[in-house]
Amino acid sequence: MASPANRRSGSNKKAQLGVFTGYVLAGAGVLLGAALLAISLLRPGTFTDLRTVAGDAVSPVGEAGAEARTGSRNVFEAVAAYYRAGSRNAALQEEMRVARVRLAEAEALRQENVRLKAVLGLTEEDAKPVAVARLIGSTSSSARRIGYLSAGRADGVRRGMPVSSPMGLVGRILEVGERSSRVLLLTDSESMVPVRRATDNVIAFAEGRSDGSLRLRLVNLGINPIKEGDVFVTSGSGGLFRPGIAVAVATEITRDGAIARLLSNPAATDVVVVEPIWQPDAAAVLGTAPPEAGEASGGD
Amino acid sequence: MEQLNPRARRDPFGSRINRTQSSLLAYGLPWVTIMLGSLTPWLPIIAPAPLLPPLGFMLLLAWRLLRPGLLPLWAGLPLGLFDDLYSGQPLGSGVLLFSLSLFAIEVIEARFPWRNFWLDWLTASAMLTVYIALAALFSGAALTLVQFTVIIPQLLLSIVLFPIIARAVAMLDRLRLMRVRRID
Repeated sequence: MASPANRRSGSNKKAQLGVFTGYVLAGAGVLLGAALLAISLLRPGTFTDLRTVAGDAVSPVGEAGAEARTGSRNVFEAVAAYYRAGSRNAALQEEMRVARVRLAEAEALRQENVRLKAVLGLTEEDAKPVAVARLIGSTSSSARRIGYLSAGRADGVRRGMPVSSPMGLVGRILEVGERSSRVLLLTDSESMVPVRRATDNVIAFAEGRSDGSLRLRLVNLGINPIKEGDVFVTSGSGGLFRPGIAVAVATEITRDGAIARLLSNPAATDVVVVEPIWQPDAAAVLGTAPPEAGEASGGD
Repeated sequence: MEQLNPRARRDPFGSRINRTQSSLLAYGLPWVTIMLGSLTPWLPIIAPAPLLPPLGFMLLLAWRLLRPGLLPLWAGLPLGLFDDLYSGQPLGSGVLLFSLSLFAIEVIEARFPWRNFWLDWLTASAMLTVYIALAALFSGAALTLVQFTVIIPQLLLSIVLFPIIARAVAMLDRLRLMRVRRID
């Protein structure tokens, strides 16, 4: 197929001008795109409002889709119920996995208790969840790992709040709209969470690798004490995440830490809990409260 | 005539008598489908890694290759901006990449005026490779070897999926040219 001749303007002055204007506008588009990109790379918080308004506009549709996802899974479950043995096995395995996480968390809590009892006078109240919401979708074609949540400022959600599911930590709030918000998932390469081993005080940082796994980097270098299957929970340093939320299980040992598998796979999560920032004052002092610390300080 | 053959006065685009194309449908459909493609992050799929092909961009390529001149050259600006609002990329990356790719297709078309399926697929594959690589570069994420091993499956999926998208766009093109408006 040949390209159409209608762009050959000939000697028609008006047509020539039209073609010329098209090129000028397109060139302006390229320049504007480059400028916007430079601004948003240097000052990541600049266009937050634009994105959150856009997110609010589409979130009802997304929510309906998320409900359909839950519904259709129930249909599959109903079909699978005919294969009794298989489904029961799967359910038991699921229960087992939850129990293992629970056990690790309980162990972490016990450790926490021992440590807190040692530090007399420090009291800790239970964190009441801010909101219970649905993970609607995620940026499934971009290299960034950002999820969309069906709760926003109207539900009391604020920037920096941790998001977790019954299986463990999912991420933290990045941008808040009126009824929807964006979540920086743990696997995003910008995400970093202070963690410790559930059984003792081996502390590390969990960085996202954007391929669905996390990289654990030990804070104290030396002999690597991590073994495969070790469960890591949040350590509470930085003041953002309360200590003892399950994060990941180590699957592969590296020289300075480990590669870990996420315990709460966001793909298998639909209802999540938004929790308040654990120690807002400490987080503000340490500068961990804004998700992209330092860079976004000029934003809202 | 109708008693002999009820479809005698019709063609694939509908009745030829007293009907004409709707300009809203004819000019609006490409824009609407590309924007719907940009909304894929709101699908209830929560991917642990970049997995889905960039549907908005692929629909733009397919429309542009199928119907040169239907989308104006500056269409990359509004469509890229809309894509940026939802894709998770920093704002501006879509505007820049969409605009540049429309320019690139213009140049390719001037160089190869006669095109066929294979040349279109090759063009789209080259554009998708550059687009996905540059989008990963612009995403603001730290570039490591892992990043590149992660985007390769996405790239292959996009290239394999392109002919299907192009075929879907060709079907939408028939819908676009349906004679739906009554002439009074």
